[in-house]
Amino acid sequence: MSRFTDLLLALTLCAAGGAGAQADRYPGIGRAATPAEIRAWDIDVRPDFKGLPAGSGSVAKGQVIWDEKCASCHGTFGESNEVFSPLVGGTTAEDIKSGRVKALQEPMARTTLMKVSSISTLWDYINRAMPWNAPKTLAVDEVYAVLAYLLNLGDIVPADFVLSEKTMQQVQDRLPNRNGKVKYDGLWSIRGSADVRNVACMKDCKLESGLASALPDFARGTHGNLADQQRLIGPARGVDTAKAPVSAAKPVSRSMSELATKNNCSACHQLDKKLVGPSYKDIAARYKADDTAESKLVDKVKKGGGGVWGPIPMPPNALKDEDIRALVHWILAGAPE
Amino acid sequence: MASTSDLDKAGSIRRAPEGFLDPAQIAEVTAGRRGFLRNALLMAGGAAAIASTARAESSGDSNILELPVHSKSLGQPVAATGYGQPSKYERNLQRRESPGLTRVSAASVSFTPLQGTFGIITPNGLHFERHHQGWWDIDPSKHRLMINGLVKNPLVFTMDDLMRLPSVSRMHFIECGANTGMEWGNVAVPTVQYTHGMLSCCEFTGVLLSTLLDMAGFDKKNGKFILAEGADGSSMTRTISMERALDDCMVAYAMNGEMLRPENGYPLRMVAPGIQGVSWVKWLRRIEVGDQPWGTKDEVIHYIDLMPDGRHRQYTSIQECKSVITSPSGGQTLLDKGFYNVTGLAWSGRGKVKRVDVSFDGGRNWQTARLESPIQSKCLTRFNIGWKWDGGPAVLQSRAIDVTGYVQPKINQLRAVRGTRSIYHNNAIQSWKIAESGEVANVQVY
Repeated sequence: MSRFTDLLLALTLCAAGGAGAQADRYPGIGRAATPAEIRAWDIDVRPDFKGLPAGSGSVAKGQVIWDEKCASCHGTFGESNEVFSPLVGGTTAEDIKSGRVKALQEPMARTTLMKVSSISTLWDYINRAMPWNAPKTLAVDEVYAVLAYLLNLGDIVPADFVLSEKTMQQVQDRLPNRNGKVKYDGLWSIRGSADVRNVACMKDCKLESGLASALPDFARGTHGNLADQQRLIGPARGVDTAKAPVSAAKPVSRSMSELATKNNCSACHQLDKKLVGPSYKDIAARYKADDTAESKLVDKVKKGGGGVWGPIPMPPNALKDEDIRALVHWILAGAPE
Repeated sequence: MASTSDLDKAGSIRRAPEGFLDPAQIAEVTAGRRGFLRNALLMAGGAAAIASTARAESSGDSNILELPVHSKSLGQPVAATGYGQPSKYERNLQRRESPGLTRVSAASVSFTPLQGTFGIITPNGLHFERHHQGWWDIDPSKHRLMINGLVKNPLVFTMDDLMRLPSVSRMHFIECGANTGMEWGNVAVPTVQYTHGMLSCCEFTGVLLSTLLDMAGFDKKNGKFILAEGADGSSMTRTISMERALDDCMVAYAMNGEMLRPENGYPLRMVAPGIQGVSWVKWLRRIEVGDQPWGTKDEVIHYIDLMPDGRHRQYTSIQECKSVITSPSGGQTLLDKGFYNVTGLAWSGRGKVKRVDVSFDGGRNWQTARLESPIQSKCLTRFNIGWKWDGGPAVLQSRAIDVTGYVQPKINQLRAVRGTRSIYHNNAIQSWKIAESGEVANVQVY
């Protein structure tokens, strides 16, 4: 063997061993990937079609595969919303001309064909991940055929179309939303800057809404019983959503007794004991059958009164009207706790 | 015999059985009359039981006054469970799906119960899950990582190889880009588990991606991007910029002191600090170096942000500064008026959290909360602040600020730029309304 071939052999071995300046730092770790291994795993297809294998498939052939392997999840026409979001729908001939799907400006559900801006993406995804329960089992020509059929369902290619590595660009030029994407650097680059700014106001900050949104009562149980989703000890317990919202009853009564305390009612009145004045329960009992009791008592609380319960009169009370009405209503209901 | 007066003293210590015997009785026991000893002990026990029943009514908490069985009998041996489990009393804290969010549970999400976690580390069994085509428990001896594309030396690594290389351990949060995505238009879900639970934080151990790329001799001129690819059915693929790959990405095999959990990518996953979870490819099998982004399904059809003009923003990745109060939080009822430690989490995909402010009046006035250490880059930070609840209605909010000076926005500020249909990257200030009943509800106030 000549010294030249020795050298060649050494160089070849060196390359095969994955050796390089850096590899030498960690001897014995890692090995060269073989060409066959790379072919087996390097299946990605980019928007510039790098990685796209040669092959072809017709719409007609695609329909056969579709009905057998795809329709059960995606629907016969790619319209199904049962298992996954619909693939087909929402695009128009006008969109194919402009490359922008107009319906995306409307508040409506989005289909795959409304969103997709690069045809390579669909080829790559069907090839690597479909069918759902048997990914990577379609042959290259079958991937072309299924995609051809899907495009035909979306009126992007005619029924006699044959999709191949040579016709992919034609399809790309007709994709309804091919111009509908912007690469947004603000949330991509390490140096990207924010598009939304707040300032850290600390005191008397301006608010723009009241209570803008809250869960409606009927949605309480949608996530199961929340009492079963919180720790059994600690500062709080889970809300028992199997029961009706407490907002209607308990918080009102609780705030009422506090409202009564706050406004010094409780200096003279208690729930069930006569103090200076009658108890709330006694008041409720006396006026039980009196339809005009509420307005009568509102007036009494406001202006003061006497003579009904004994010699000590009630002074006028300077409460807000709605508070007086709420308190009287609560007292006549028996002042529920 | 123990005297009743001794036992009646709350908190008094019961004497050992020997103490119940006088010297004469002890002599009888040593002489072999053990039956006498048994009778003496029974009598002593009976007296104690009667005394403690009486005490419970008058002297204090029966949990203190009546010794529980665990204080008076033998407990379980070591290694009763080879891999320890949480207390049975903690069973309410589970990963849960949000009903109606997805139709197929193999392509779905389970949410971390943030309402019940402490500090910044998510227990491995409670780490949120997002799978695109189901999860697998892969035999690590058969798992391989390939590096190819624009490299001098395409390489294959076994797990043995990777675990021999220099390792790093770093704490980072992972947040799904769609976290809080259900709330762009209005509130939709009741608890912090569902509003913010696609968020977890671990100490990850693995190899820096830069180490592997260097070993493969990547093309420093044209290699602008990498593709990370998974070994599952979906063979999940995401493009990451080379700049970011070299900055702090790692190929991780461990989380929180043990190997990755299968649901989180065992035996190998990408860790891409600061950017959305979808890029943290699980069951990682391949990294390709290239000169263009790949435009994969989850870069072209999903994980794109719809703007009001009908265009989609593509390659939105960074999880911007965000925070949420985890206790009190939606779906809870406060026990009573009085003092509460209000606590929550803050994080930023752009670096460290600098400050967190908390409001108790729906954003009108703010106080700065206490940040617990450690405060690390692209990691959850725990904040705490004291609050005395007076029993009246209140709206609690938190607002985080990161090292770049960025202030967590209000939902209306986000909507003004991005509309209400973008699904992803909702980092708005969260509001929890406390009703007078103590019930805490998810609301929007801005």
